[in-house]
Parts: sequence; structure tokens; C-alpha cells
Amino acid sequence: MNEAAERDNRSIFGFWVYLMTDCVLFASLFATFAVLRNSIFGGPSGSQLFNMHYVLAETLALLTSSFTCGLMFLAVRARDKKRVLMWLAVTFLLGLTFLSLELSEFARLVHDGDSWRRSGFLSGFFTLVGTHGLHISVGLLWMSVMAAQTLRRGLTNNNVRKLTMLSLFWHFLDIIWIFIFTIVYLLGAARL
Amino acid sequence: MSLRSDLLGRLNWQAFHHPWVTNVGVASMTAGAIAVVAALFYFKRWKWLWREWLTSTDPKKIGVMYIVTALVMLLRGGADAVMLRAQQATSVGVHHGFLSSSTFQQVFSAHGTIMIFFVAMGLMFGLINLVVPLQLGTRDVAFPFLNATSFWLYFAGGMLVNLSLAVGNFSAAGWLAYPPLSELAYSPGVGVDYWIWGLQIAGVGSLLSGINFSVTILRMRAAGMSLMKLPMFCWSVLGAMSLVIFAFPILTATLAMLALDRSLGMHFFTASGGGNMMMYVNLIWAWGHPEVYILILPAFGVFSEIVPTFSGKPLFGYKSMVWAIWAIVLLSFSVWLHHFFTMGAGADVNAFFGIMTMVIAIPTGVKIFNWLFTMYRGRVRFATPMLWFLGFVFLFTVGGVAGVLMAVPPADFQLHNSLFLVAHFHTMIVSGVLFGYLAGLTYWFPKIFGFKLNERIGRYAFWCWAIGFSLAFIPLYVLGLMGATRRLDHYNANLGWQPLFIVAGIGVCFIALGVACQVLQLVVSIKNRHANRDKTGDPWNGRTLEWATSSPPPHFNFARLPDGSQRDAWWAAKKAKTAVAYGPYESITLPKNTPLPLFIAAAAFAGGFGLIWHMYWLAAAGLLALVTCLIVRTSAEDNDYRIPAAELKKLENAEQAG
Amino acid sequence: MNEGKSINLRSYVFGFAASLALTFGAYALAVRHSLTRRWLIAALAVLALTQFMVQLVAFLHLGRETRPRWKLLVFGFMVGVVVILVLGSLWIMYNLNYHMSLQQQYQYLNNQGDGI
Repeated sequence: MNEAAERDNRSIFGFWVYLMTDCVLFASLFATFAVLRNSIFGGPSGSQLFNMHYVLAETLALLTSSFTCGLMFLAVRARDKKRVLMWLAVTFLLGLTFLSLELSEFARLVHDGDSWRRSGFLSGFFTLVGTHGLHISVGLLWMSVMAAQTLRRGLTNNNVRKLTMLSLFWHFLDIIWIFIFTIVYLLGAARL
Repeated sequence: MSLRSDLLGRLNWQAFHHPWVTNVGVASMTAGAIAVVAALFYFKRWKWLWREWLTSTDPKKIGVMYIVTALVMLLRGGADAVMLRAQQATSVGVHHGFLSSSTFQQVFSAHGTIMIFFVAMGLMFGLINLVVPLQLGTRDVAFPFLNATSFWLYFAGGMLVNLSLAVGNFSAAGWLAYPPLSELAYSPGVGVDYWIWGLQIAGVGSLLSGINFSVTILRMRAAGMSLMKLPMFCWSVLGAMSLVIFAFPILTATLAMLALDRSLGMHFFTASGGGNMMMYVNLIWAWGHPEVYILILPAFGVFSEIVPTFSGKPLFGYKSMVWAIWAIVLLSFSVWLHHFFTMGAGADVNAFFGIMTMVIAIPTGVKIFNWLFTMYRGRVRFATPMLWFLGFVFLFTVGGVAGVLMAVPPADFQLHNSLFLVAHFHTMIVSGVLFGYLAGLTYWFPKIFGFKLNERIGRYAFWCWAIGFSLAFIPLYVLGLMGATRRLDHYNANLGWQPLFIVAGIGVCFIALGVACQVLQLVVSIKNRHANRDKTGDPWNGRTLEWATSSPPPHFNFARLPDGSQRDAWWAAKKAKTAVAYGPYESITLPKNTPLPLFIAAAAFAGGFGLIWHMYWLAAAGLLALVTCLIVRTSAEDNDYRIPAAELKKLENAEQAG
Repeated sequence: MNEGKSINLRSYVFGFAASLALTFGAYALAVRHSLTRRWLIAALAVLALTQFMVQLVAFLHLGRETRPRWKLLVFGFMVGVVVILVLGSLWIMYNLNYHMSLQQQYQYLNNQGDGI
């Protein structure tokens, strides 16, 4: 393998290692959420707060965006610039949909007085889900930057490497969401 | 909400009012900074500083910067230690020493924070940067830009902690800031916030280095260097970096949650609202225990290089040493509860963690025996690095068995948070981590700077440290067994503790003398550098590939990449009386200098300062600047430069001739 | 990347379809309250872990790299640490809360639940 390809490979591996560290970060937040899951301090519990249709919609949006991100990656491997930009745009829009749904859920809770100040449970909820949302926002920003760079310079080796890392990042965020969806929302809703 | 409070947050003139002791510290720090700036002006070295150091991506330069910063922080942490000893030696009965209670609490909080995060971590990453690429037979680390960023983030975190001395005050909640004391209700000022953001910023730097060095060691070894031929220092670094990768995110999350409690009114660890402060203790030690193994493993690695070199024998039991490292790495995630046996867990939980704690002592014991077996029947030379090793063996063993004693929960119920505990962990960190890194500094100094340190003064320094440490901490073991609690700024006269505290105070004077010797050693060695020049590149008759280069090595380490298919490749070549096998001359690509890592850290520093003082415009500006730097970096295409093969050949020939 | 031939359209379509099915399945189980709590937790765990593995292989191509399998090793290590951290914390924290005296425990749970 030539030197440049070897270096790109190392970068992608390094990014993978970073994703593993992010998993431990989320694990710490999950552990804390789990410990504080019943500390509602006289306030509402998850089952009283969560709108399950909303959550399903969010989940489907994010899952679909992970799929379209995969399609984008296939286009990257095929060095098809137009298709890359198209699927990048679709992924971005689906991600933006997810984020908007999530932010409006947060806004509703805050407006009803059930903000992160209300209880340990809500602190855990907002921080865990909010950290995921922050990662999504970073991903959306990154997609915008990559779109601009791909438009400007095409699918150079650098851009291919970065788009590869971006797609790893985006898939990883959907995987984290599987656990948030299950542990926070589904189990929370079932706890009557 | 006035304009003043929008602009300056909670910053006001009160932030500059300090007790006289603090003012002395501020004055010294300021004088030091002014001296450095004045020297730069006088010798007209600003351009040089910028070009050679501030924008460098060379791990050898970055390593030196880590070490210089760490040694400066050692002076501050050491000054704190002197004050603590002086207070405890004199504050008895009707006398109350010279520190107020609140100042005393800030002093011990600063002492611990600085020593762990900025001295130990700094020395460690410094040595890793200097040595690992050379030992691997490669030219650079995997991610040079990230490497520079890591250093500057560490520096920014350290500068925040230093700034807290002058502007505002530092945390008074201990080096780990347990809630509820560290929550807003009980620590409403800026102290804990300085602690949080200094560590958060430096912690990100550490995490990035963990990623960097693991990838470097796994993917950038010399041709033929399979893992079981890796130098022992590199193995220990790989173990430590694996711990960094999986433990530091826990710290990041926990510091963030505490910050959220303090700034956004959340209830993770608060006394009411549904918070659970025991979860903080649980999480912080889930990070904290791996952290101490992160610190010690590379120090063990240093000894694994020094003992074979100065015994003229290969390391005894290479395979078992490797397995011991990984046993320690895995086990270090299963013992953390031993830091809070007394917090109220049941006997089953305490017993499990107690047993695991005893088990983890075993691989360390294996290592110590292997070092001793390496010395056995060797031709041992007692140069300064070897003296540090011997001091380590004696003292670390004593401290280690004290640890095994405390691993028994019922015993720990008596000894937890006593001076016995304090003596134990200082023994581990000083005689293990610090002696190891000081030995490493002495050992690799000639490689990096091209001349040896003065041996005689080095020996004096060692003996001052060894005697000083023993005098300072053996009394503390006794005091702990007599019931003395840690962190006391005053105690009753009828306890009979004062004589022991006085002995401890004398001990710290010897340590200070040792530090003075080390400063003298540097000055004298620099003065005599031409006489002590290392002309061969191999002043100690070493075994590994870093000794195959000149002292100091060229910017690119190796003109041609060496072959690493034998363990102790350099020693093997010397024994066979051949040169190390090298690959062909090829043109190489190296990263250019870049100011972005410095700017990223400056943005983080500004943002941290803004968050601490509630100057939200500054926090936002810092964040924006950070993101902009990242986008600039990712948009840049032209980050490297090439050295063609012909020029490498010319450089190498010129150097061999001269 | 060195996963080569395994990166194809089929992989992503399969991953998407399976994940959709698993998501709807979990959602239906939770919302319909058709299982007792113990069984629900077990079912949701199985569904979540299955979707986790599906996405790991189909989207992230884990385990399909050429040797040496560093990505898999680092991943395995991460899983170990996460399991120890989460299960360990739950065990420890439950134990700590439990071993308060009965009076304190009653008071604590009341405070945490009702908010005093």
C-alpha cells in the first residue's frame, strides 16, 4: 500500500478509536441516567412526559438518514460526485428533521416547566439526549462543510477520507440512538 | 443586568484581593513570566520561539515543551507542599500557623490537582513524545497536528489553574472536588469552576494523545518490528494509552455533569432535587483508578529500559512483562470502589473490590521481580538513572504493601482518609511515577540535547530526594495509624503529633534541596555542555533504536528507516558488529509548522475563562474561534512538505563527516 | 478502508430493512403493554442488541476488515469497559442506596420520589 493510502487508513482507524471513546462518554451518561431514572422528585416521570408517536417519527428519520448516508458512502467509493452531493443533501435534511423534532420536544417540556432543573431524572434525560443532539448538530455542520468542499474541489483523496469518517460518525450516532430509544423512551414509557 | 455585568460577568476588583501568602505566589509567578519575556526581547528570540517551538509539529520539540511546563508546575505544586508541611508542623494548640483554613484548603486542592494533571501527566507525555517515535524506528507520530493540539490544550488548562492564583481563587474542594461541597450551594465562587475547566480542557488534550499514540504504536512500527519485538517502554505506553482512551471520557462526562449542576441548575449530584452525590464519587473513581495506572505504567516502562541497559543484560522475562502490563490494564477497571469502601456499600460489594485490589498487586510484583532478576549476574553500573530505580524498588515496595493492607475493607475503615492513606499514595506516585520520570529524563537527556547531565550533582539530587521523601512520609504512616486525619490545618497539643509533623517538615526541606540540586545540575551541565557532548549518539551503551541516531537526532529522526526485526535491535547490531539494517533512501513527507494548535488552545482558554466568570460573550467567542480554526484546518490542503531522497543522502553524509 | 468487497448496496438495504422491523417490533411491544415488565425488558433488550449488531455489521462493516483486526479489538475492549462501567455502577449504586438503614432508606426514597 502506498504511503498516502496508508496514512489515510491510519486516519480512519484513529477516527474509529475516537468513536470508541465517545461510546464510553455516552456510557457514563447512560449509567448516570439509569441511576437517576426514578429520581423524579415529585415531578413527572418519563411515561407522563413522552409522546411516543413523536419519538417513533424521530427514530425513523434518523434511521433513514443512516441508510441514505450509506448510499452516499457507496457513491463516494464509486467516485460519483453528483450522487454524493445528492445523498449528502438527503441525509442532511433527514438529520435536520430529527433535530427539529427533538428540539421542539425539548421546548415543549421546558415550556411546561419540566426542564432539566426539575429533578435528577430530567437532568439525566436532557443531558443524555441533549448530548446526542449536540453530536447530531456537529454532524450536520460537518456535512455542510463537506458539501462545500466537495463542490469546490471534487472527490479528492482528502475529501474521500473525510467523507468516510463522516459516514462512520453518522452511523455511530444512529447506533447510540438505538439505546436511547430503547432505554430512555420505550422503557420509560412502560414504567407505569 | 447592567452593561458592566454583561461585559465582565462576575469579575470585579475583589478577584484581585488575596491573603499575603497568595500575593507572594502571584508576585513570584509574575516575576518569572516577566523574566522570560524580558529574555526573549533581550536575546531577540521571538521569531525563533514562534518558528522553532510555538508552531512546531515535531514530537521532539513538543516533548521538550511538555517537560519544561511540567517542571515549572512542579515548582508551584512543590511550593504548595512546603506550605502544607510548614502549616502542619506549626499549627498546634494555641498556635494556628500562617495559613487561614480557607487558604489551606485551596493549597492542598491546588497541590493535588497540579501534581497529577500538570506535573505527572506532563512529564509522561513529554517522555512519550521524545522517545516513542525514535524507539519505533519511525519519523513522526500518527497525527502530528493533533499532537501539537494536545500539548497546547494541556498548556491552556495549566494556565487557567495558574491564573486562578492571581484572578479570583482556586477550588477548596480537594483535588477531586466531591459534591455537595463542590456544588453551587457550598462553593458559589469561581474556584471550582477554574478546577472544572482547567481539567476539562487539559483532559481533552490527554484523550487526543491517547488516540494518537495508540495508533502510532500499532500502525507505525519499523519494518519487521512485530509486537513481541517492541521495546518495553513502547509496550507500557500502549497499555497506558489504552487506559487513557477508555477512562478519560468518564472524566469528561463527570466534569460536564458537575458543570451542568453548577451552571444550569441541574440535579445530578446536588443534595436535593433528586441528585445522588455518591454517583459522582463512583464515576470520578471509575476514571481515577485507571488514571493512576496511566501514570505508573510508562514509569515502569522507563525502568524496563534502564535496568537492562545498566545491567548489560536483556530484560528478564520479556513475555511475562508484557502480560503483566495487560493484566494491570484489564484489572485497573475492576478495583475502583476501593477508593470509597466506607461510603456504605455492603460486604459483598466491598469484598469483591477488595479481592480484585489484592489481585492487581500481583502483576506489579511480577515486574519488580523481573527487574531484580535482570540485575542478577549482570555487570551493574550505578549511574544516576539506576540510583533512581533502586530508590524506587525500596520505597515503592513499602508503599505497595501499605496499599495491600488497605485493600482489606475492615482495615480500610480505620485507615481511609487518614495520613496513612496520604503516605501510601505519595509513596506510589513519588517513588514510582516521579522517580521513574526523573530517571527517564536523566537517561534520555543526552539523546535530546546532545550532552550528558552532570553525574555528581545528579547523585546528590537523588539522595536528597530519597532521604527527604522518607523523612517526609514515614512519620505520616505513623500518624495515620495513630488516628490523624488528612487535610487538617490544626490539631490539639495533647495528641503528641507535632514532633512527627516536624520531622515531616524537615523531610520536605531535603526534597527542596534535591530540587535545588536538580536546578544546579541543569545550570552546570549547560555550562559544560561542550565538554560533555555526546559524540556517538549512544552514551549509555543502550539497546534500542533511539540510540542508533545522532544526539540530537535530525528533524526527521532517520534518513533511512531502520529494520526492527530483532528485539533490542541496536544491541543486536552492536553485538554482531554490523550497522543496523536500513531501508533505501526515499523522499519523505513531513508536516509543516502551523499556528492553529496554539490558536485552538487560546480559544479554549478564553472560552473557559468566559464560562468561569460568566462572561458569556467571551465563552461564545472562544467557541466560535475554536470551530473556525477547525474549519480552516479541514479546508487546508497544503499541510506537508517533502524532502527528496538526494537531499537526505547529502544531509546524512555531511553529518557523518562532521 | 480495508473491508473491500463487503461494502455493497445489499448490505445497507438489509441493514435498513432489518432495523426498521426491529424498531417497529420494539415500539409495538412497549406501547401495547402486552408483556409483563420483566419480559418486556428482556424483549426490548434482545431487540435493541440485535439491531445494534445488525447496524454494526451492515452499516459499519465491523468484523469484515482484513487482518490484523484492530478495529474489532478496540471495539471489543470498549464493550468490556462499557459493560463494567454501566453494570458495575448500577450494582454499586443500588447497593449503596440499599444499605442505608430502613428508616433512612424509606425517607430517601420518599424524598427522591415525592420531592421534599
